[in-house]
Amino acid sequence: MRPSRTVTVAATLLVITTMAGSILLLRLVDKARQGATLQEVLYISSPQALKRLSLGYSGLMADIYWTRAVQYFGGNQADNTNNYALLYPLLEITTTLDPKLLVAYEYGSNFLSAGPPLGTGQPKEAAQLVKQGIQNNPDQWHLYYDLGFIYYMGMKDYKAAADAFAQGAKLPKAHPFMRVMAANMAAHAGDIQMARMMWTTTYESSTDKQIRANAAAHLRALKVDQDISALNTIISRYENQTGLTPHSFAELIHAGVLRGVPLDPLGQPYKLTADGSVAVSDPDDLPFITQGVPLGYKPPAKPKLLPVN
Amino acid sequence: MSGRILHIASNTFREAVRDRVLYNLIVFALLMCGAAILVGQISIDIERLVVVNLGLTAISIFGIVIAIFIGIGLVSKEIEKRTLYTVLSRPVRRWEFIAGKFFGLAGTLIVNTFFMAIGVFAALLYVSHHFQASDAGVLVALYFIILQFLIIVALALFFSSFSSPLLSAIFAFALFIIGTFAEDLRGFAALTHGAERWLATGAAYLVPNISALNVISQVAHGEPVAGQLILYNTGYALLYSAMVLFGAILIFEHRNLK
Amino acid sequence: MSAIEILGLEKTYPVGFWRKRPKRALKPLSLTIEEGEIFGFLGPNGAGKTTTLKMLMGLVFPSGGTARILGRPIGDPAMQAQIGFLPEQPYFYDHLTPRELLTYYGQLSGLTTKEAERKVPEMLDRVGLRDAANVQLRKFSKGMLQRVGIAQSILHNPKVVFLDEPMSGLDPMGRHEVRDLIEQLKHEGKTIFFSTHILSDAEALCDRVAILHLGELRKVGAVADLTSAIGGRIELVWRGATIPQAFSALGAECHATGDTVRALVPESSQEAAMEALRREGLRLISLTPLRTSLEDYFVSQVKPSEATAGGKP
Repeated sequence: MRPSRTVTVAATLLVITTMAGSILLLRLVDKARQGATLQEVLYISSPQALKRLSLGYSGLMADIYWTRAVQYFGGNQADNTNNYALLYPLLEITTTLDPKLLVAYEYGSNFLSAGPPLGTGQPKEAAQLVKQGIQNNPDQWHLYYDLGFIYYMGMKDYKAAADAFAQGAKLPKAHPFMRVMAANMAAHAGDIQMARMMWTTTYESSTDKQIRANAAAHLRALKVDQDISALNTIISRYENQTGLTPHSFAELIHAGVLRGVPLDPLGQPYKLTADGSVAVSDPDDLPFITQGVPLGYKPPAKPKLLPVN
Repeated sequence: MSGRILHIASNTFREAVRDRVLYNLIVFALLMCGAAILVGQISIDIERLVVVNLGLTAISIFGIVIAIFIGIGLVSKEIEKRTLYTVLSRPVRRWEFIAGKFFGLAGTLIVNTFFMAIGVFAALLYVSHHFQASDAGVLVALYFIILQFLIIVALALFFSSFSSPLLSAIFAFALFIIGTFAEDLRGFAALTHGAERWLATGAAYLVPNISALNVISQVAHGEPVAGQLILYNTGYALLYSAMVLFGAILIFEHRNLK
Repeated sequence: MSAIEILGLEKTYPVGFWRKRPKRALKPLSLTIEEGEIFGFLGPNGAGKTTTLKMLMGLVFPSGGTARILGRPIGDPAMQAQIGFLPEQPYFYDHLTPRELLTYYGQLSGLTTKEAERKVPEMLDRVGLRDAANVQLRKFSKGMLQRVGIAQSILHNPKVVFLDEPMSGLDPMGRHEVRDLIEQLKHEGKTIFFSTHILSDAEALCDRVAILHLGELRKVGAVADLTSAIGGRIELVWRGATIPQAFSALGAECHATGDTVRALVPESSQEAAMEALRREGLRLISLTPLRTSLEDYFVSQVKPSEATAGGKP
């Protein structure tokens, strides 16, 4: 006797069809209870209770909650739903389960502090999260930096930002800029130099591609703002001297006030429009710029971040 | 054919009953009585919540422990005691044996759950003196728990068809734990790239999706369960257990019963 | 139509966990067993008897060869309904009573509830378990379990009954009862295929036997044919202490005890030995032809290869 061929063939076919069917239904189940896993947060909202429930396996649990937070944030961002109510509770649970999970503080505060569409625009919660992180990891200068950054960029509280930088600067491995930032904060609050220094520090001290890309984009935006201010100065001087409104950079070059067509940080030429204002040629590649936006330009829902190497 | 499956199933049921499996009902009854009385004295307004949470969680845990610990022995014990030989030398197909064993243990668990459910509703009546419309949600949660049992029984039987009881228990229990985090696993998979993503997604879809079958906290808070979800979960649980069962049949059909 | 036809049935198991080496459990085996026969399947432990039975029952898949029972291939349900099987040292479902167990097996064999209700009490009477019919099997002794085992194998009135070591582990009374049962079954016209390593049982019951050793068939035949083939001997006893010179040439074994001598000589030398005794004037007390037992045959068959097997590194 051999194993029955009929049974073998039938069972194999049935395994395949039921597998396909179960995967199909699982997708329907997932659709029917979108975010249901996250709703758990509403039932067990106390991080301490959850920590006890995880029976000592809180490290793994923290990783799971961290993934949930990333998924939640990423999912909502993709859907353009600007409801991020569960993000802070998720991050709070994650960091309570594993207080040493630095990525959750850094990335998490980044999500929370930035305004939409890059973040959720909750700088207060972001500061709260990072403060908790500092309490649990007092030797991490980076967390002080994150805190100062949130105060500076998100809440425009320069005094608090200066304090955070000063405290962080005392730590042994702190980035040298920390001391400078603490010192200059009061005097140069709101100044382009200050902002550039902060984004440069972020760019240099982070290893995360997304964070670095974001910092690079901000640095480019600062450069564009600076360039355009300088160009505007040149143009108004030219207008004052000649009484003419220039319609192209060629006119200015001919007049000897410019040596060539100026280039933006990405190497693309700036444009001088007919009404005499300067604009970048590809605003999609340069998010966060405050000057040089072409007239009638509509930014994409999600800022385009050029990859960094 | 169906007659033989039925005979094997009823023998499996009888064996479980005579092996005093249903004694867990006594423990459960004590638990429910204690909870109902204690909760009524110490907490205000959340009696219903506590009774539902505790009752359904206990039903689920008791059932899963029974499903795993009996399920892993369904085939291997019959080989060890050589009872399988006398059964299979008769006009009984190997797949009929597997099917009979599955229905026998599933039936045992359904009966067990039925009695426990009576206990939960009695405790609910004791603490809140009347039933509410939202108590129907408890029935849905119980139904989902039974669907979970079908999956676990199929898995335990699957492992039992080729592995030792101890290993089977470990595999089945591990899959149950992983299954309760199945949605997170699919989340992890979504964060990976390239070939890893295919592998991770495949694995994530193959583990049992237990989490969607757990609506205990939801119904404890009196929230309704969407009809669509009931439908999809039913389909999913039946197809998944069928898949595992057909896998067990495939392995068992080719096995040399040394 | 033969009851059982085995044609070149063989089995090779892979052994070892990592690098699997093939181990031959049964070399190609061919046997034909006629209807109504009691056939003994003999061999020491590990000879391949149980493997053969399991292949016939469809529990183990052969590596080669085929077999037919009642003219139908193995695994055919129509055939399986007409055979009974008692595995070696069965335990059965110890949560059941004999009545429940027999009913269960009857149902699996396709008996209707009515038939089962009628046949089960009959069978319980027949194997002497009427008084214990409603006691759970976990309280049964080994002998009682064996009776239950035989009962389940013949309950559905099968044409061929396979018994794996039906007498092992039983006390003398139990063995006697099982022997009687097997003889009764033969009278009912059933074919019985049973394996054993207890030779006296086979000798007392079997029409024919097959001897299996190290997975290889050594001999098949009627018990009488096998034993005569080995050649008989004669026991001579005479008074006195003298052993005639001629005896050593005849290849006799002689033992002197007190005032008698006992000598074993080959059957063929009977005349010569008697003549020698007469010449010496010795008085013969007794002359007994010794029947060679199956045991002697078995030992003669099994010994040489065991020696070679043991000699392997």
